[in-house]
Amino acid sequence: MNDSFIQINGISKHFGNVKAVDDVSFQIKEGEFFSLLGPSGCGKTTLLRLLAGFEYPTSGNLLLDGSDITALPPDKRPTNMVFQNYAIFPHINVEKNVQFGLRKLGLTNDEIIKRVKDVLSLVKLEGYEERYSSQLSGGQRQRVALARALVRQPKVLLLDEPLGALDKKLRDEMQLELRTLQKEIGITFVFVTHDQQEAISMSDRVAVMSEGKIQQMSSPNELYKNPQNIFVSDFIGETNFLRAKTASKDGEYINVNIEDLGSFKIKNNLNISENASDVICSVRPETMMIDREKSDWDICLEGKIRQTSYLGEMTKFYVETKEIEKIITVSSQYFDNQSFQDGKCFISINLNDISLLNKK
Amino acid sequence: MEQKNNTLLIYTLLYFAFLYIPVLFLPIFSFNDANYMSFPLSGFTTEHYEEMWAKTNLHKALWASIKVGVVASVVSTTIALFAAKAFARYKFRGQNISYGAIMIPFLIPEIILAVAILVIWLSLGFKLGLVPVTLGHILFCTPFAMLILIARIEGFDFSLEEASRDLGENAWGTFYRVSLPLYLPGIIASLLLSFIISFDEFVLAFFLTGSDATLPMYMWAQMRFIQKLPHVLALGAVIIVFTTFIVLLAFWLRNLGQGKEKAEFGIKIHE
Repeated sequence: MNDSFIQINGISKHFGNVKAVDDVSFQIKEGEFFSLLGPSGCGKTTLLRLLAGFEYPTSGNLLLDGSDITALPPDKRPTNMVFQNYAIFPHINVEKNVQFGLRKLGLTNDEIIKRVKDVLSLVKLEGYEERYSSQLSGGQRQRVALARALVRQPKVLLLDEPLGALDKKLRDEMQLELRTLQKEIGITFVFVTHDQQEAISMSDRVAVMSEGKIQQMSSPNELYKNPQNIFVSDFIGETNFLRAKTASKDGEYINVNIEDLGSFKIKNNLNISENASDVICSVRPETMMIDREKSDWDICLEGKIRQTSYLGEMTKFYVETKEIEKIITVSSQYFDNQSFQDGKCFISINLNDISLLNKK
Repeated sequence: MEQKNNTLLIYTLLYFAFLYIPVLFLPIFSFNDANYMSFPLSGFTTEHYEEMWAKTNLHKALWASIKVGVVASVVSTTIALFAAKAFARYKFRGQNISYGAIMIPFLIPEIILAVAILVIWLSLGFKLGLVPVTLGHILFCTPFAMLILIARIEGFDFSLEEASRDLGENAWGTFYRVSLPLYLPGIIASLLLSFIISFDEFVLAFFLTGSDATLPMYMWAQMRFIQKLPHVLALGAVIIVFTTFIVLLAFWLRNLGQGKEKAEFGIKIHE
C-alpha cells in the first residue's frame, strides 16, 4: 500500500480575506477510509472541493498517486464525489444517472451494461433502474449517488456529508454499510463530516479541522484517548475541563495543582513543560464513577445532583460539588435518574483518566 | 364569512369584465354584417374573414412580423439565457449595475427608444426596414426574457452541474446534457413570450419599418379607411385567439416542474 497516495502539500485557499484552508499538509494512504471532521466553516468541505477540482488552491499543490493534479479540472481527475444533497440528475432515470459518467471512458456497450448492473447490485438498487430521483427515498438517492460515482472506478471517492440528510436509524445502517463497502472494494475514501461519532466509528484515520487548520490527525482511538489540544478534546465526545497549574516534572509524569482540589501527579503525554503554568485537565464523563457511598479512588468528592438526563443505555448526571465551581458531568450505566432520591452522591476520578492539555 | 365571499366574487367579476369586455367586442363585431362597430348587431357573416384572407399585403405583413418575431425571440432569449445564468449562479462585482442596465429598456418609454434607434440608424447611413426593427425588438424583448429565465434558473441546484463535471463532462457537455434539458421549459416560455411581444409591438415598428410593414403597422394603415375596418376586426380577433394561446402555453411551460415534482419535466434531448 502506498502511504502517500494523496499528498496535500502546503495547501491554502483564501476567499477574499477569509482563509478557508490555511497552509495544510498531510498525506492519505491508499485504500484508507479517511475522514475530515470539524464544525461548519472549519474548511473541511473546501479541502474536499480542492481535491475534487471544484476549487483551485491559492497556494500549495496536490499529488494523487504520484502525479500533480493541482491544476486539473474536475473532469480530468481520477476522483469522484458523492454530494451532500446527492445531486441526482432529475431529468434522467437511475440507470441513465449511473451511466452518465461512462460516456467518456471509451467502453463498449456490453461493458457499460455490465458495469452498471454490477454497481447497482453492489449498492443494492437492482430493480430501480427506471425510477426517477423524485420517486426515491433519501437512502435510495444516496445509493444512486454512490453507484454513479463508483461506476467510474475512481482512485479516490470523495464524500461530502453524505449521511447528513438521513434519519438516525438509516444513518447508522448506512455507516456500517459504507464501511463494509469500502473494505470490499478497497478504494480510498475521503469522507467529510461534522458528526464526530460518525467520523470515529467509520474511519481508519481522522483529521480534526478548525479554522482552516488540522488540529489533530490520528486514529479514532488516539483522538478520543489522547487529544492533543482543548479543541479536539472538546469536539470529540464530551468532557469536563478543570483548571490547573503545573509544578515539577517527574519523568513521564508531572505534578499539577488542580484548582480547588490540590496537587496530583499526572501522566504528561504531551510533554508539557514545568513552566507552562496554566494547563487544563480533561476528564471524560464515563471515566468517572458516581455512587451513593465514598470510594477509595484517587479523587472522591461529595456532590449534589442538579439535573439528570436519561439516555436509555446510560444516564448523565450533572453534579455540583463544594470544591469545584463548575457543574461536573458524569455518566453511568448502573445508576439512573431514579437512583438518587435525595440527590446526594459521590463522584470519583482516577488520575489515569485525566488528560493534561495546554491552555491555548 | 358568506358576505365577504360575495363581495370578493363581485369584485373579481367586475375586474375581469373591465379587462375583457372591450376585447370581446372585437370578435363579436368581426362576425357582424356591417361596416360600423355599433349595436344592434345586424346579422352573422364570415365575409370579413374571407376578405382578410384575400389581402396579399396582409400576407406580406404577417410574414414580416413572423420573421422579425422569430429572430428577435431567438436572439433575445440566447442573450438573456447567458445573462440569467450569470446572475443566478455567480456573485460578481457590478452585478446590480449590470442587472439594471439590462432591465432599463423595459422602463424607458418605447417612443424614446424608437427615436434613439432611428437617429443612430440613419446617422450611420443605413436604410430603414425590418433589420432595425428586429434590433429594436431584441433590445426590447431581452429584459422580458431575462425575467422569465431568472425565475427558472434561480433555485436551480448548481451541484448538478458540478456532478456532471465530476463525472467527466467538460463545460459544454455539462451544458448540453444537464443544464439545457433542465432549463428548457423556461427557454421555450421565453421564446414564446418574446415572440408575442415582438409580434404585437407597434411603436418601434412605426419609426423603423420604412416601407416593409409589420402586422401592427399594416393594421394601423388600414384603420384610416372606414370601409376596411371590418377585416381588421377579423384579423384582430384571430390575433387575440393566437396570442392568448401562446401566452397560456408559455405560462404553463414556465411553471412546469417548478413544484414538488420538479424532476420529471426536464425535457429529454439526448438518449
